[in-house]
Amino acid sequence: MPPSRLSCRAMAAPPALHRIGWGCEGLDAKKAAGLARMNIAFLLNGEEVRISDAAPTTTLLDWLREARGLTGTKEGCNEGDCGACTVVVTHASGTEKGAQAINACITFLPQVHGLALRTIEGVSGPEGQLHPIQQAMIDEHGSQCGFCTPGIVNSLVAAQIRGDRGFDRVLSGNLCRCTGYAPIIRAAEAVGDDLADIPVWLHEFPPDDLGGPLSIAPESANELAEWYAANPDATLIAGATDVGLWATKALRDLPKVCFLNRCWDLQRTQRTADSIRLGAGVTIEEMRVALAQDFPSFAAMLERFASQQVRATATIGGNIANGSPIGDGPPALIALGARLHLRKGDARREIALEDFFIDYGKQDRAPGEFVEAVTIPTQPDRLKCYKLSKRFDQDISAVCGCFNIAVEGGTVAEARIAFGGMAGIPKRASAVEAALVGQPWSEASVAAALPAFAQDFKPMSDMRASAAYRLQTAQNMLRRYWLEDQGAATNVLEVGA
Amino acid sequence: MSVAKPLPHDAARLHVTGQARYVDDIPVPADCLHLAFGLSEIAHGTVTPLDLSAVRTAPGVVAVWGASDLDPMPDCSPSTHDEPLLGGPEVSYLGQPIFVVAATSHLAARRAARLAKVAYDAAPAILSIEDALAADSRFEEGPRIWQRGDAAAAIAGAAHVLEGRFEIGGQEHFYLEGQAALALPQEGGDMVIHASTQHPSEIQHKVAHALDVPMHAVRVETRRMGGGFGGKESQGNALAIACALIARATGRPCKMRYDRDDDMMVTGKRHDFRVGYRVGFDGDGRVQGIEFLHWARCGWAQDLSLPVADRAMLHADNAYWLPAVRIESHRLKTHTQSATAFRGFGGPQGMIGMERVMDHIAHHLGADPVAVRRANYYVAADGGGLSSPRAGNPRPPEDISGQMKGAVTPYGQRVEDFELHGMTEALLASSDYAARKAAVAEWNAANPVLKKGIAFSPVKFGISFTLTHLNQAGALVHVYQDGSVHLNHGGTEMGQGLFQKVAQVAASAFGIGLEAVKITATDTGKVPNTSATAASSGSDLNGMAVKAACDTLRDRIAGHLAERYQTEPRRVHFAGGKVFVGDEEMRFAEAAQSAYQARVSLSATGFYKTPKLEWDRIKGHGRPFFYFAYGAAVSEVVVDTLTGENRILRVDILHDAGASLNPALDIGQVEGGFVQGAGWLTTEELVWDDSGRLRTHAPSTYKIPACSDRPDVFNVALWDTENREETIYRSKAVGEPPFMLGISAFLALSDAVAACGPAYPDLQAPATAEEVLAAIGRARA
Repeated sequence: MPPSRLSCRAMAAPPALHRIGWGCEGLDAKKAAGLARMNIAFLLNGEEVRISDAAPTTTLLDWLREARGLTGTKEGCNEGDCGACTVVVTHASGTEKGAQAINACITFLPQVHGLALRTIEGVSGPEGQLHPIQQAMIDEHGSQCGFCTPGIVNSLVAAQIRGDRGFDRVLSGNLCRCTGYAPIIRAAEAVGDDLADIPVWLHEFPPDDLGGPLSIAPESANELAEWYAANPDATLIAGATDVGLWATKALRDLPKVCFLNRCWDLQRTQRTADSIRLGAGVTIEEMRVALAQDFPSFAAMLERFASQQVRATATIGGNIANGSPIGDGPPALIALGARLHLRKGDARREIALEDFFIDYGKQDRAPGEFVEAVTIPTQPDRLKCYKLSKRFDQDISAVCGCFNIAVEGGTVAEARIAFGGMAGIPKRASAVEAALVGQPWSEASVAAALPAFAQDFKPMSDMRASAAYRLQTAQNMLRRYWLEDQGAATNVLEVGA
Repeated sequence: MSVAKPLPHDAARLHVTGQARYVDDIPVPADCLHLAFGLSEIAHGTVTPLDLSAVRTAPGVVAVWGASDLDPMPDCSPSTHDEPLLGGPEVSYLGQPIFVVAATSHLAARRAARLAKVAYDAAPAILSIEDALAADSRFEEGPRIWQRGDAAAAIAGAAHVLEGRFEIGGQEHFYLEGQAALALPQEGGDMVIHASTQHPSEIQHKVAHALDVPMHAVRVETRRMGGGFGGKESQGNALAIACALIARATGRPCKMRYDRDDDMMVTGKRHDFRVGYRVGFDGDGRVQGIEFLHWARCGWAQDLSLPVADRAMLHADNAYWLPAVRIESHRLKTHTQSATAFRGFGGPQGMIGMERVMDHIAHHLGADPVAVRRANYYVAADGGGLSSPRAGNPRPPEDISGQMKGAVTPYGQRVEDFELHGMTEALLASSDYAARKAAVAEWNAANPVLKKGIAFSPVKFGISFTLTHLNQAGALVHVYQDGSVHLNHGGTEMGQGLFQKVAQVAASAFGIGLEAVKITATDTGKVPNTSATAASSGSDLNGMAVKAACDTLRDRIAGHLAERYQTEPRRVHFAGGKVFVGDEEMRFAEAAQSAYQARVSLSATGFYKTPKLEWDRIKGHGRPFFYFAYGAAVSEVVVDTLTGENRILRVDILHDAGASLNPALDIGQVEGGFVQGAGWLTTEELVWDDSGRLRTHAPSTYKIPACSDRPDVFNVALWDTENREETIYRSKAVGEPPFMLGISAFLALSDAVAACGPAYPDLQAPATAEEVLAAIGRARA
């Protein structure tokens, strides 16, 4: 079956209904099975495989290389930062996720259950025919040492299926130390993305009946709520872009895990007249696309959120629940006045997002309680998001400043300003906000508000930035917001030679 | 002829299909053991007890060895006997291996290595340049000093004097494939090693020493590396030795590969340097006298630090005639990873020190930085009749010292091939430098927040190992009776395309197609006593050795055919897959078959040693280099004055690869070298904390350039001129020199920052966004 444009290009399409019949009917049977056994099924390079003898925290990379001898998938960093292990997954046609490049090193086997997976060995045709991207990489001298090459090819293969030609974004998670990238981009640009350009062997979706329920993966929020309330010591795993490192780097045992990738109802984005509701399982990539019209600066910042591979799997729920002071989602959402929806069993509550973050490593979340959704109130777009890091792509923010300043009649009517990287939690700049509200929207008011930053924040020094630099640039971000509002050129990413 | 064609990398198809095999991809016997090191948690002190009991009883563990279990302790050093395989009781840096675990899987070994209970008696650690100077902690007895003329007097007599101090950060190699080795025990105690190494002979030598067997009992094979950049010249020794020792002890194959974090914690990086300078110059910016102070942080062991620091001194002039010069170099011993070879091998640090001085002079005079540089260039190759090569008349510089003004390096080597006058002219034109410099000024006048900068910088890089005896290479070539050719040489393939270039040489020698030439893994059993594939020497040395072997075989075949057809050997020609003998012609395969049947040996070795070299590193005098390779770049950048964030907008490069053996591969080296060099000077920041712990030990915190960091506009061209020296087909080495073109990006940042205020920005490297913002503050002060 050829990939349909609509379903493969779903990132740009409106959210669609999910397949009928994927609900919670499997719960009773799984209760009986005790949520312990695992029977993972997926298509591997076009052939169905079933795994029942691997630990659920076995990484896809280790399994491919060690159990299957598919050594074309490389380990470069084992933490999802270099892309040498990139593989292509295609979701079932109804899920609207299409083809994605993901990092096999921080993907656990249960996460590919029910998907079609292509490694570099399966990107070439069954008779060894080269994919046009492989041929272009040869013709344009896109490989030198060759170690990053399988991952680069796979990122481009997935992008071709999606119809994504933003190659800097597509390759943001693939490091190459030899070529300087120029020939790789020449190769990428040499290949078209019409259906005819996509080799027939990649016109595939996993069959609908592949896999079925998985004992360690609930299929709805209800099912998750019931199970997690009874098993509050479990580790919930959504995209595994952080938990994956607990396994590969911290070498932690994760004796009880629960995978959220089959909680279909958590993956919806819903719009009402006064809010946008993002389910906890919405990926960063889906959120970026969903918010592109409403909050373009937020979407632009999300283009720099980690890498394409991480954005494809990381979820907004995970980004929040993780509690990191340097996640890029929370500062923007706080600046937008987002509300967080928490659930434990049947009990639901709603809080302001900023109130979720109590202290470093401490969140307002009870054992057995999970993030179900976050809602953004509908509002005129005054949001600007400034992400400052050593490198533009695939880097963790030193400072992430998000400003939402409403001006009425030349006076600041409301200001919501939130920062990542400036404290132990994502935190509002309350003193700065107070210094601005009610003042005329002017350079003088901005200058007068700058000292308030030191009241709001006492940042730390680390390998990413010094405390003084963090404070200075946080202040300068407010100045930038003002200058940008006045029409000055302030973004180096928008300048050409 | 195959040479000079822009052919793809020989393994390109294997790369893109995932079939290219690296050490960790080699299928291993089922009983293979996997090794991991346990690492010191302190920078300096004593391990007081090392309790490995929990490690021994961990799942899958087969053997665990601490320092006290090894007697004698194997040494891993490539230079002097100062690198024990395992530290302890004394430990010398945070990250030093102190025990080794062998287990049934890589993961089991890593997990077990975390279980040791180690107590330490910490001692004061020497971490910084200041610490080392205060403690007089150094390699060699004191600083190395080279000088010519009386620099102090020349400076005193100059119209202008400037001085400054410039910090240059180190650099992690970040080869995508981490260090890896596999040892396969053989009958009779022999050992076969597969290693990801630039130096198989060194691995062979060190493993033989560790096993106390002759070198003939150890065979090392390297098909390819997933990147090396100098980081696999000596840093793979420890893994291979550990694997060999445990393979012998257990009788089982042993494999070791570092997890990325371990790799970055354990292995050495580019030396960070501090360069101090005092320069006297005239109103046109011409240097009258200059004094350099180099401080290199070498880490805990000597490794290759002495030749690295030497090469920094050898490039302190870069492209400029320095009438009176003094260079003092301190090689400081610290409790950090042992800094090692990295593309350029000290050259980049020495060169950017000089370029920094040029930048400072131009700013001080308000002069055009390009004009200042050209005023200081060495004289043209043909200029004044001084330096045209004269065949058969190799005159030592002393003989004509009266005429040598402007043409002799501080170390006494005559610059006979100075290409930069013409290259500069051509690049300034092709990059539209003058108009763009004016446009940058216009932009800066109109934009208060974003400032642009543009800069030109030249490269002159010396080609040859400065340890003269390393400038040799061997090759082994077989012609089979079907006309196919088996090619082997001492060089290693790390992505640079060496194997393809050398295969092109072989195919050209026999007049056959590349498909008839089989490129084979580097193997110490085929070519002995090889030098590291380093110093950009791979094609120069191995290309010539292969050509020598091929020429021998060709002459044998020609001699045989001449005899058979009753003609002169000189009338036998090899071209287009055929052999022409007088009026006869035959396929090369037929010629090979004929020679075989006539009992002509169709296997030959080839050997090459670089001529003309003579070097005294203590005096700092002689001819360390066979020739120089040149390059020039113009970079344009934009800087955000609110945060220091910056981007490289456009880069134009003209690079001298001589008569290129393969222009496609050479341009690949130039593009990749530039981006790697720019990364070194911008986002790639190594951060150690006060305890000596490297805090940037993974790609999450250490930021090499990503795809979007490459210049938006990136024009690279080769300067198509034959090497004046007799190198392989008159080509030039191209591995390291382009790395230093990245200096132009740093200078462009300095230029942009200088647009923010009147003072000299004093930009330090790496120019992270934070450092750029700090420099903006200094410029405005």
